[in-house]
Amino acid sequence: MAKLINDIKEKFNKQYANIDKRIVVCGGTGCIAGGSQQVYEAFQKEYKKRGLPYTVEITDGCREHSTYISKSGCQGFCAQGPLVSVGDIFYTKVKVSDVEEIVEKTVMKGEVIDRLLYVNPTDQKHCKTLKDIPFYQKQHRILLADCGKINPEDINEYIAHGGYEGLAKALEKGQQFVIDEMKTSGLRGRGGAGFPTWLKWDLTRKPQSKVKYMICNGDEGDPGAYMDRSLLEGNPHSVVEGMIIAGFAIGATRGFFYIRAEYPLAIERVQKAIDACYKKGLLGKNILGSGFSYDLEIRFGAGAFVCGEETALITSIEGNRGTPRPKPPFPAVKGLWGKPTSINNVETLANVPYIMTKGGAWYASMGSGKSTGTKVFAMTGKVKNTGLIEVPLGITVKEVVYDIGGGPLHGDKVKAVQTGGPSGGVIDGDHFHMPITYESLQEIGSIMGSGGLIVMDETDCMVDIAKFYLEFCVDESCGKCSPCRIGGYQLLGYLNKITDGTAKEEDLQKIEEIATAMKRASLCALGQTAPNPVLSTLKFFRHEYDEHIKDKRCHTGKCKNLAKFEITDKCVGCGMCKKACPVGAISGEIRQKHSIDQSKCIKCGQCFNTCKLKAIIRG
Amino acid sequence: MIKAKINGKDIEVKEGTSILDAARVANVKIPTLCKHEDLEATGGCGLCIVKVKGSNKILRACTTEITEGMEVITHDPEIVAVRRSVLELIMSNHPKDCLTCARNQNCELQRLAAEFGIRENHFPNVLNSRKHKRDNSAKGICIDTSKCIQCGRCVQVCQKVQDVWALSFLKRGIKTYLSAAGDIDLKDSPCVNCGQCSAHCPVGAIVEHDETREAWNALSDEKKYCVVQFAPAVRVAIGEAFGYPVGKNLTGKLTSALYALGFNAVFDTNTGADLTILEEASEFKHRLTNGGVLPLITSCCPAWVDFVEKNHGDMLDHISSAKSPHEMVGVLAKTYYAQKHNIDPKDIFVVSVMPCTAKKYEIGRDKDMSASGYPDVDLVLTTREIARMIKQAGIDFNNLEDRKGDDILSAYTGAATIFGATGGVMEAALRTAYNLVTGAELKDVNFKKVRGLKGIKEAKVDVNGTEVRVAVAHGLGNVDALMKKIKKAKAEGKELPYHFVEVMACQGGCVAGGGQPYGVTDELRTLRAKGLYKEDEHAEIRCSHNNPAIKKLYADYLGAPLSEKAHHLLHTHYTKRNKYQK
Amino acid sequence: MSQGTNTREDISDIIKKWKKVEGSLVMMLHSVQSRLGYVPRWAAMEISKETGIALAKIYEVLTFYSFFKLTKPAKYQINVCIGTACYLKGAPELLKAIEKYTGLKDGQTSEDGKFSVMGLRCIGCCGLAPVISVNGKIHGQLKAGDIKTILDEATKGE
Repeated sequence: MAKLINDIKEKFNKQYANIDKRIVVCGGTGCIAGGSQQVYEAFQKEYKKRGLPYTVEITDGCREHSTYISKSGCQGFCAQGPLVSVGDIFYTKVKVSDVEEIVEKTVMKGEVIDRLLYVNPTDQKHCKTLKDIPFYQKQHRILLADCGKINPEDINEYIAHGGYEGLAKALEKGQQFVIDEMKTSGLRGRGGAGFPTWLKWDLTRKPQSKVKYMICNGDEGDPGAYMDRSLLEGNPHSVVEGMIIAGFAIGATRGFFYIRAEYPLAIERVQKAIDACYKKGLLGKNILGSGFSYDLEIRFGAGAFVCGEETALITSIEGNRGTPRPKPPFPAVKGLWGKPTSINNVETLANVPYIMTKGGAWYASMGSGKSTGTKVFAMTGKVKNTGLIEVPLGITVKEVVYDIGGGPLHGDKVKAVQTGGPSGGVIDGDHFHMPITYESLQEIGSIMGSGGLIVMDETDCMVDIAKFYLEFCVDESCGKCSPCRIGGYQLLGYLNKITDGTAKEEDLQKIEEIATAMKRASLCALGQTAPNPVLSTLKFFRHEYDEHIKDKRCHTGKCKNLAKFEITDKCVGCGMCKKACPVGAISGEIRQKHSIDQSKCIKCGQCFNTCKLKAIIRG
Repeated sequence: MIKAKINGKDIEVKEGTSILDAARVANVKIPTLCKHEDLEATGGCGLCIVKVKGSNKILRACTTEITEGMEVITHDPEIVAVRRSVLELIMSNHPKDCLTCARNQNCELQRLAAEFGIRENHFPNVLNSRKHKRDNSAKGICIDTSKCIQCGRCVQVCQKVQDVWALSFLKRGIKTYLSAAGDIDLKDSPCVNCGQCSAHCPVGAIVEHDETREAWNALSDEKKYCVVQFAPAVRVAIGEAFGYPVGKNLTGKLTSALYALGFNAVFDTNTGADLTILEEASEFKHRLTNGGVLPLITSCCPAWVDFVEKNHGDMLDHISSAKSPHEMVGVLAKTYYAQKHNIDPKDIFVVSVMPCTAKKYEIGRDKDMSASGYPDVDLVLTTREIARMIKQAGIDFNNLEDRKGDDILSAYTGAATIFGATGGVMEAALRTAYNLVTGAELKDVNFKKVRGLKGIKEAKVDVNGTEVRVAVAHGLGNVDALMKKIKKAKAEGKELPYHFVEVMACQGGCVAGGGQPYGVTDELRTLRAKGLYKEDEHAEIRCSHNNPAIKKLYADYLGAPLSEKAHHLLHTHYTKRNKYQK
Repeated sequence: MSQGTNTREDISDIIKKWKKVEGSLVMMLHSVQSRLGYVPRWAAMEISKETGIALAKIYEVLTFYSFFKLTKPAKYQINVCIGTACYLKGAPELLKAIEKYTGLKDGQTSEDGKFSVMGLRCIGCCGLAPVISVNGKIHGQLKAGDIKTILDEATKGE
């Protein structure tokens, strides 16, 4: 079996030997939005203009001593995109107009263009390579490493990097081997709940059934999370390989990718990967001569967050409203079209080929306790370095936020970190030393979730944040069960009262009552976890709730109805705020203290932002 | 069998039994607003939550199967508190205008609120969170989505049991609302007015189109000569509104009550049923012996007629042209009866008391329904409506003396009375058809194979050496499956599977019609049907063709079955209709 | 999005392609929408007629998923990401600026069909927060003041 894989590898490497240099342009969604496609094309034009040999795809007859101009998947450092690397040299924020200079200086003469290097904000040092950048130093990139290297549209390159070796090994050694290796690895579902992957497979393998299904859950819907998108776009073959191995392990005949329709590039790349597998005999009848036959196809999600829940996802693939159904029966027993089905998340599946080739023990050597391996997070919010990161589980919040994230964005203190999206909760400053594991997060009332990690500072209002997540859940509730449908809406009503300044203390009691009913009586995880952001912020930031309810104020100014702007004695009467005010609420003579007419003020905050002396206070 | 415990009590139930059903064995009723025996459990309402000993996990009793050794706890302080919160949440999204609601004192939500002793509006009302739609466009039923608690029973019964697909939920979450297919009016949808949605609705979101006011108006109009008739199934269900045991046959008391309401004459639709049999069996004989289109399919169910016109336009020549029994009685009231009593038919106002909401649609479905030049029937009231009228009039139903109806149009046979149960029309028709074809009387008039609640029942009958294959289907989902089978055989040129088919839109037949008292289950269906079969069993005359009143009717007025006059007054025709008007 | 003579044929081809595939209603609706920009009543009727799937079911599905549109999309579709990162970094201010420019609030379409404004859940560009997209083109790291320039540019030549 491994021979076919080896042949492809050798052939690729033989051709690749003709390549002298490699330019990688990041093709992640963030960089594409920043214009990386144009940059990529500009490199080719520049090479053509100069008559330099270059290659865009490794096939037979690669030109000798040519430069391989390739795209990669998301490299994670999205805020700094478009990213371009020339050999080891790592450039950020590259524009089309920079391309000529890069070719002239870096490619031809090996000179580094300082202007395009990343500058470490803490020590102002220019970072020449990826390894010099703190954002990458503390990471442990396995999935993302290949994601940022390999051309996602070239199956040969994936194979040359060790791809499909795991599949060959799995097919050779049998189902039990796969499940044992997975068990040793300790890999747990990366979609949120952290259920042991081997167990899910074993449970699905056991029932006697001619037909079984494998589903890849690519309906990533947490606001503020895009790990799965990046993996599907950046290294689709790793997920496809994971899907084939999983299908083999459970004895499936057919597998489905369920991918959000909002991710057209991911869909396109996965489709290309599937097509390439069929051509190479890695899908279809009798895969690699093993006797195992398996088909893969894609189904689109259509904008319903609840379809991330496995029973809802199944209902959706069946062509219905994506409403969940109670468990048991679990999908392992009665899943898609009533057949045993295993549903695994994108990131979970992407880990599988690595575990097969390097072994479960290797995987288990990373991480902490029952939370083994690495986890990809999408770090966003009020932190200097935002982007996609991969870290070993057990890393502390502090390391993530300060060492990788570079600390708070505007010098304001980091107040809290939110994980688990709308189903999760906050980690307050007192817990920043806490290692990130499935257990520790649950203990403090949050969850791992799919990997959104939002950093919040003193300018963020915690009640407002809780309301934001709840609003999301109310919007996304399928409406099937009353606790979630009505409970969520009522809960939101109370939060609105709080941010409007009309809430009473006893409303907190009602909030608790509704939250309990939702947690205990909702049909699926969406409803059961929807109160988490409220409960968690209530637990750690009760004083902010009290401030809204009792003092009728919101010190961050986020809750407009409660916001109040006042000019202090620091005012020198420069008149800037008066000019900025869109409604003429500020009056005062030049060089004298100004004042705000509260009856006219619309609390837009323009004056606050304009005042250079911080003479205007909010709250 | 599975051994388990409910609240410490040992029980033994069949494998696959839900905790909800198992609890009943232990005499525990777990509250639910969405689960109905006829329907699959969905776990929607969130009230039937229970725990299993040793675990803090909450399960839904309706969707969880009880397993060997399971120790279920149906009540503890937390369970009760959560149920209460959920109930209060449901109530906060409901109008609570109980006093003016059609389901007042008959509402499952109201009952639960009373049982839980809820004394305040705990959460603010959030009724404005979704679109409200009142749809009074259909003749039989009305929808008021503001009252809907989204339990999904109506949708499930409409889609899965009846295969009609008129109703659906649109949007999602708090904005979810009930609407006819793609947000059109019911009248433009595939709705056939069967009313099963209203029969399964736990609250007042879907109810029959109430026409009691029109009935009162007619009764108080001195110029009008008001006559009333009631269907077979009504007599065994009306008692439920007055505390009688289910299935009690109350023909005499109901007749008495109708007179007491002020009707000038009370007829019995059963007479029409006997007449229908004469016409239909003659039609069958004619088709059987002259190579006509077979199978002949019965036509007394108006929801079925609407369904076939909308869904199987290529099958219309199979449908018996005989009108339904109450239409026959109606037209005869305005012709035969009017002549006899010398009353101007324009002054006669015919009210039909029916177990059915589709009958409200039927009386205006076609100009054939006004064969005398006046509407055969002017107004249809359901069993539920007439019960209300009797109560409004303060009539002490339980202590009324039995009375007989007007003798011209109220004498009936045992064959007529079983029309109200699934299989009854077929049985009655076979009794007469046998006689029409062979000239002889059956030795045993019982056709037990066509009785009971099985969805599709089949039987073979030897008629003078000819094997006659019959089928009975009830519940439109079953009916649709049967139609597909017949159509398939037809398309493949195979021998037809049946000669004669009885169809009823509602499961169990008219005894469980959309206009009957609430709370129907298979147990109720069986008991109501039993009341009818008992009457048949004890009837002196059990075949329609031996009904002296019918004989007299033909001799005095109609001539013979299928005569020109009979055709004009008692038959109709069918038109292929679009399923969607918009 | 042309309503040429081939439109109906295209829809009928889409239906034919998916008709036999189990559970393909959602995929069929995706294909119809990507051809027409929305799913009009006539297309839903056509699907119902050809596949036997009840219209009730089709609309149940269509109205459940936020991706499907029942009305013709505007000429300029402005989508504002209101995922967490964008929300925190000022998406509400962008919505306000867009309202100032177009007169439209989140979820509205102008009467002349020129603009539509829609708040979207995370579009996966959190690194560029806050972002908007105009007819699919993504603009990132915006401030309220950038809106006018972007929309002026997009509608140039109107």
